[in-house]
Parts: sequence; C-alpha cells; structure tokens
Amino acid sequence: MSSHYEAPIRKPLVIGDKNFHDVTVDVAAPVEGRANKQWWIVFSIALAAFLWGVGCVAYTVGTGIGTWGSNKTVGWAWDITNFVWWVGIGHAGTLISAVLLLFRQKWRMAINRSAEAMTIFSVIQAAMFPVFHMGRPWLAYWVMPVPNQFGSLWVNFNSPLLWDVFAISTYLSVSLVFWWTGLLPDFAMLRDRAVTPFTKRVYSIVSFGWSGRAKDWQRFEEVSLVLAGLATPLVLSVHTIVSFDFATSVIPGWHTTILPPYFVAGAIFSGFAMVNTLLIIMRKVSNLEAYITIQHIELMNIIIMITGSIVGTAYITELFIAWYSGVEYEQYAFLNRATGPYWWSYLLMMTCNVVSPQVMWSKKIRTSIMASFIISIVVNIGMWFERFVIIVTSLHRDYLPSSWTMFQPTFVDAGFFIGTIGFFFVLFLLYSRSFPVIAQAEVKSIMKSSSEKYKKLRDQEGHNNHSHSDNH
Amino acid sequence: MYTFSSKLKTFSFILMIVGVLGIGYSFFTAPKDINDVEAILASQHGHHGDAHAEGAEHHDAKDAHVNTAHSEDAHAAAGHDAHDAHGADAHEAHDDEHTHHLKHVLQQLQNKPWAGVYVAALFFMLISLGALAFYAIQNAASAGWSPVLFRVMEGISAYLIPGAVIVFLLLVLGVMGSHHLFVWMDKDVVAHDHLIQGKSGYLNGPFFLIRAALFMGGWIFYRQYARKVSLAQDEASDNLNFKKSFKAAASFLVFFIVSESIMSWDWIMSVDPHWFSTLFGWYVFASFVVSAVTVIAMVTLYLKSQGYLEYVNTSHIHDLAKFMFGFSVFWTYLWFSQFMLIWYADIPEEITYFVTRIEHYNLPFFGMVVMNFVLPVLILVNTDFKRLTWIVVLAGTIILCGHYIDFFNMIMPATVGDQWFIGAGEIGSILFFMGLFIFVVFSAISKAPLLAKRNPLIEESKHFHY
Repeated sequence: MSSHYEAPIRKPLVIGDKNFHDVTVDVAAPVEGRANKQWWIVFSIALAAFLWGVGCVAYTVGTGIGTWGSNKTVGWAWDITNFVWWVGIGHAGTLISAVLLLFRQKWRMAINRSAEAMTIFSVIQAAMFPVFHMGRPWLAYWVMPVPNQFGSLWVNFNSPLLWDVFAISTYLSVSLVFWWTGLLPDFAMLRDRAVTPFTKRVYSIVSFGWSGRAKDWQRFEEVSLVLAGLATPLVLSVHTIVSFDFATSVIPGWHTTILPPYFVAGAIFSGFAMVNTLLIIMRKVSNLEAYITIQHIELMNIIIMITGSIVGTAYITELFIAWYSGVEYEQYAFLNRATGPYWWSYLLMMTCNVVSPQVMWSKKIRTSIMASFIISIVVNIGMWFERFVIIVTSLHRDYLPSSWTMFQPTFVDAGFFIGTIGFFFVLFLLYSRSFPVIAQAEVKSIMKSSSEKYKKLRDQEGHNNHSHSDNH
Repeated sequence: MYTFSSKLKTFSFILMIVGVLGIGYSFFTAPKDINDVEAILASQHGHHGDAHAEGAEHHDAKDAHVNTAHSEDAHAAAGHDAHDAHGADAHEAHDDEHTHHLKHVLQQLQNKPWAGVYVAALFFMLISLGALAFYAIQNAASAGWSPVLFRVMEGISAYLIPGAVIVFLLLVLGVMGSHHLFVWMDKDVVAHDHLIQGKSGYLNGPFFLIRAALFMGGWIFYRQYARKVSLAQDEASDNLNFKKSFKAAASFLVFFIVSESIMSWDWIMSVDPHWFSTLFGWYVFASFVVSAVTVIAMVTLYLKSQGYLEYVNTSHIHDLAKFMFGFSVFWTYLWFSQFMLIWYADIPEEITYFVTRIEHYNLPFFGMVVMNFVLPVLILVNTDFKRLTWIVVLAGTIILCGHYIDFFNMIMPATVGDQWFIGAGEIGSILFFMGLFIFVVFSAISKAPLLAKRNPLIEESKHFHY
C-alpha cells in the first residue's frame, strides 16, 4: 500500500479524537439504534411516491405505452431521458471506488460505500425504463442472445441498444460484486456485535463467513485490486455506449464525435452531485460528521466543478463546430436548441450545468454545506434537462416540416419518473439503516496516517526526536 | 546540480546537423515544375513493372479520380467541376484532368518537405506543452508522489519557448504564402469553395495568427511564472510560493482546456478545411499527453542512469509507466470513439477523412493503433515490468514513434495526399527537432537543483512507496 507518511500540510480525513474502536461504534450505531421520526417521515414519502410509480407502471403495462406522451416524431422522450439520467448518476460509485482507488485517494474511503450503493440503486431505476418501454416486459429476456425457437428472431448485434444491454448488465454485476466484497469485513463486524440471534444469523449469512484471518485479508486486497482494474474501463464504457445510442445515428444534434467522453464527464458530474445530496443529509442524520468532513464535501465540489467545466467546454465545442461544419442541418439543430420552442430547457441546462458549478471557485462557497447541497440539486436538475434537450429538441424538428411536433408528457410519464425517485430513496433509506454506510475497515487503514488524533501524536513524537518517521 | 555532459551536448548538435542536411536535401530535391512531376510519376510506375505500362496509365487516371472524389483539397473539387463541364468531350477532359493532376501532384510534392518539418515541429512542441499540462495537473491536484520529478517536468517544458516560436514562424510563412499546407489560405481556392467561404470569418490569416500568438503567449507565460515560483519556493521560509503555484496551475488548466481544443482545430484539423469532428481537440490532447509522460519517464531514467535524482525510486517509475499505460488506453478510447462513430454513420462530409487514410495510408493508419494501443498495453500491463528500465524505454520508444505517426496521419493526407513516404525530409526533421529538444531541455535541467527541496509535499514524494 501507499506510504503512511503524510505531509503536515494535509488536513486530517478523520477529525476529532477518534480511536479505532470509536470508528466501529460510530459506523454500527445507525444499524443498531432505532429509526427516528424524521427517517419514518422521509421513508413514508418515498414509499408513497414509489407506490404511485408502481400504479403508473401497472397502467402502462395494462394499457400500452400509448399512455405516455411520446408520439410519432418524438418517439423517445421521458423514458430515455430518465434512463440516461439514472445511468449517469450511477457513475460516481465506480469512479470513487475504482478510479480513486487507483489514484490512491484516501478520502474516497469515507464515501465509497454509499456511492456504490447509490450506483446500484440508480442502475436499477435506469433499467426499468427500457424494460417497460418494451410494452411487454415479460418478453424482456428477448434482448439477450439466448438460443431460441423463435425462427428468425435474434438480437441485432449492430445495434447500440444491444450493446447497452451488455454494458449495463456488466456494470451492474461488477459494481454489485465490488460493493459486496468491500462489505464482507464490515458485515462481519456487525455480526460480531449483534445481540439478537436473528441479526447475528442475517449478518453471518451476508458476510459469507468472514473470519478476519490474515489469509482473508490478503485475498480481500487482491480481489479489490483486480475488481478495481476491471471496473475502471467500465466507468468509461457504460456511458460511452449510452452515448452511442444517439451518436451512431445520423440525426443532427445526435451524431457528433465528442458525445462519448462528454457523456462520461456529464455522468460523473451528476453522480458526484447526487453523492453530495445524499451524504450531506446522511452525515447529519447518522452523526458521521467526523468521517464525512467538510473537506470531503469540498473535494467532491471540486470534482463537480471540473467535470462541469469539461461538460461546458463540450457544449461550446458542439455549438462552434456546428457552425464551422457548414452543414445546414447541423447548424439548424443547434440554433433550434438555443432559440427554438424549447429554448427554456436549453437555458436551464446551460445555467445549471455550466454556470452554477463555477461558483465553486470560491472557497467560501465550496466549503459551505448549504451552498453545496443546493448546487448538488441544481446540477441534477440541469443534467436531466441536458438529456431532455439532446433527445427531444433533436427529434421534434423532423426532416419533414409536416412532421414537426412538440412533446407533451402525460401524468403517466411523470408518475413513472416520480416512482423511480421514490424507489431510489426507499432503497437508500433501507440501506442506511441496515448496512455499514462507511467502509469502516478501510477507514481504519488510514487512521494512523490521516486522522486528527494520530497526526497530533505523530507531531509530538516528531518534535521529540526531530526526525521524520521512516516507515513505509 | 546536473551538469550537461559534453557527450550529450555533442550528440544533440550532431542530430541537429544531420537533421538540417536531411531537411535541406528534401527541399532541394522537391520537383520544381510539372515536367519533374511527370518524370517522377513515370519512374514510380516503372517500379510497378514495364509490362503493365498500360495498366499503370489507367491506374494514373484512377488516382486522379480518387483525388477528385475524396481529397479535401479544393483544387481537386474544382477539377471535378471541370470534368463535369467538359463531360461531352471525354478526351479533352481527360487531358485537362491529366494536367490538372500533374499540377496537383506538384503541389503535393512541394508541400512534402514543409509538411515533414511541420509535423516534427508540432510534435516536439506539443510534447513540451503536454509535460507542462501534466505538471500543472500535478500541482493543482497537490499530488504527493510526483514533486521529486518537478524539475524534470520544468526542464522539458523549457522547450515550449523555442518550439512555439518555430511553429509560429511556420504558421506565419503559411499565411504569407511560402507553403501551401493550409489550402484555405489560398485565395484562389477559397474563391471556388463555398464551404470554406462560410468559414472565412474564422479561418482567415490575421485571426488565425492572433489566436496562435495568444495561446502560445499564454502557455509560455504560465511556464515562466510556474518555474519562477517553483525556484523561489526552494529558498523560501513559508509556503506562499507553493500556494501561488497551485493557483497558477488551476488557472492555467482552465486556459489550457479551451486553448488546446482551438489550437488543434486551427493547426491540425484545418489542413482538411471541409472536415470537422467535435472530439478532435481531446483526441489530439490524448496523443501528445501520452507522449509527454513518456518523455518525462525517459528523461528521468536517463538522469537516474547518470547517477542523479537519488530520491526517485522504482515506485515513481512505476507510476509514470502506469500513466503511459493509462493514457495509451485513453488515446485508444478517443481514437475508437471518433473512428467508430464516423464509420458507423458513414455520411459523406465526414467519412472522406477516413476513406483517404484507409486507402492511401493503410499501414501507418492501422499500424499506429498497434503501436499506440496493442503493444503498450501488452508490455506495460504487468506491475513488475513497469519498474524495469529497459521495458519502460522499449514501450516508450514504441509510443513515441506511434504518436509521431499519428500526427503524420493527421497532417499528410491533406497536404501531400498519396505522394507520401518517410524519407530524408521527415527523418531529418525528426532528428533536427530531437537534437534541439535535447539541447534545450537538458540545458534547462542543468540550470537548477534537481530537487524541489522546499516543496511542502517533497517528503511525501521522497518516501513514496507503492
């Protein structure tokens, strides 16, 4: 592992006078304690939204997708917008757990568990949109190249939509394995602390018989590294392939080569915003301020600012190249985005995604919890509108002006979307009461180098013998 | 302190002298008029075998057609018009086209020495710009592993000044009409080209040079400033200079992300003035940043082999090699994204770019994918291999050659067309700029202590162990 020596100018990642046992107690507390009133209120709201969504989906399945606002010209609208939005949000988890692991960023350890959980929950939401858009979701397995007796019916390997099926199912499985592997020692910790036989039984099943022996740890570290290596390309591949859904077509506004990396940047952008939204609340509710510090929020804000700037650069590049190309259709597509009937959604996208993250240049704002929370929500509104702008404004002006239409969502569209938000929060709230929400085993590995307590101890030691510690 | 050994200095001078001779030879032997061209084409076809003389002539005509249909060059487009106009009199049209073709080939062959110089000048300048960007990223990220390498990166970025001046002069010569690498600078071409006329608000000589001056000035300004505060920090008693370098790096990166994209459209993409790709700027960035990290690793290994950089251990080399690996994959990702989307959509205004390359540059076009992706990935995937000097040098050499070919593929098809080959001019240019690069970089490295000793993160970097 990386060096235990840390420069004095680095701020501690675990603040307060915490020792190793305190970490265990603090992480186990939300699981072992009882839910408070706020939790029940939020859970009830989320559950109600979820059930409303279930109703709308049932109506869709029973009646058909004609209940949605999609029409002949705008054949794809809220369903695909929501799909891309949720998949995008799911990106931060893998980025934090895999890419930041490879870059040896110690601050990831306080947030990776929840970010990965969020990833898995949001990918589940995303997957529902294509499935229910099929109209007959019980035939969803037809998207898999299964050997069949359907005659000439076989998946189209030339279609990016099929690549999506593979990309997202790979992503979901690798994320799940990665998440669960990290959870093993922490589940075992909960198992060992459990007082009732039932909880002990449950946590011993989910911890797969973790024993805590040196051999377990060695295998754990090896598999983490291998999974990080496997997951890193997935950070790029998933949203790249989602972008191919649009970019391989010849629709002006969709067919542009910058789409793959710009979708990836946008996904990380929205994913980190969602992590900020969730963790700013969770650190407060679950008393984890010592682990998820202002510095963590600041660093996530910086990533939001950087990815926001990359996305902004891509928007401007698209606009400029559309003009530069000299292709009238291309020029019109972008002019129509900015000044056509959907100008307001373009303006929202620009303001939320390009302008709002730039305020993070001010240290005062990016270390303010309130401001971070507001911006994190603004960013996700902006990112929803980005997908809406790309999808609906590019489609609604068809090649034939006689086919020009507008898109009008129905209450079913809205209900399905609200339902997924409800479902997402139901899952996340249940998770926050039953899972160790901080990777405590990993946090303990950085206590010596990066906690306030040990930093102080080391400083005193350093003053005594006037030399830097030489441990590796 | 490092002293620039006289052996290396002599070597750099030899490279420059041999390079100048090669460049001079390529200019001297370039054809002067269409008679020379006819002779060259005849001798080329002679090589194909005399028995197929008739077939060769046919091939010649076909060549012209290929150029008409696919070259971005507006002359060719004009030729197509001529062909349509004289369609009734096929023979006359063929003669016209033949003369036109000869003129076209003449221009391509006259462009060739210039293009060779331009590719190498750009490549080495961008390597030092990439090293500067990598350095800025390290500073802005407060990276703890890399401060022992800062002086190496600063040294490599010193080449930015002469490198940028040379590229700027080449651009000025283009605007003045001394060479024809950028067809949109040719007024006769623009007069017949509706598409370029539409872009002339952006693609015009004065604005083009203003942008170039602004970008190069900005990069050089940051480079000089960063070097100054970095050296000042060595002798300081507080961390004020360190904070300054952090802020300067963050501001530079904002400037860089914008200027880098526009630079790549201006200096590279506009040689094919009809073609456009929104990804192009980031693709070019990936290409030169991986080359820059490779050069950082190679210079570090050289200094280490001479007994300098005592604090640099195999973990630092391992991390540099990991960046070489990672950026190679990143480059491939962008290459694939750009190529696949254009190939899949297959619309005429875009696909011509790759048709030209696949038809006339097949080996370099696909060969570079092997050199920039397959080989680096296979060689560098192993953890232990990333620590071995000879492996890193081997992979690095492949990467540098591969990315030179990448730039070659970006410039040559639009400027010299199917008349390309890597000869005295190209190799001479590489040698000349390599010599200059070595001379400037190692002179700069010898001017300051090799350890940024007062950097607050230097202890972390010294103790870095992976």
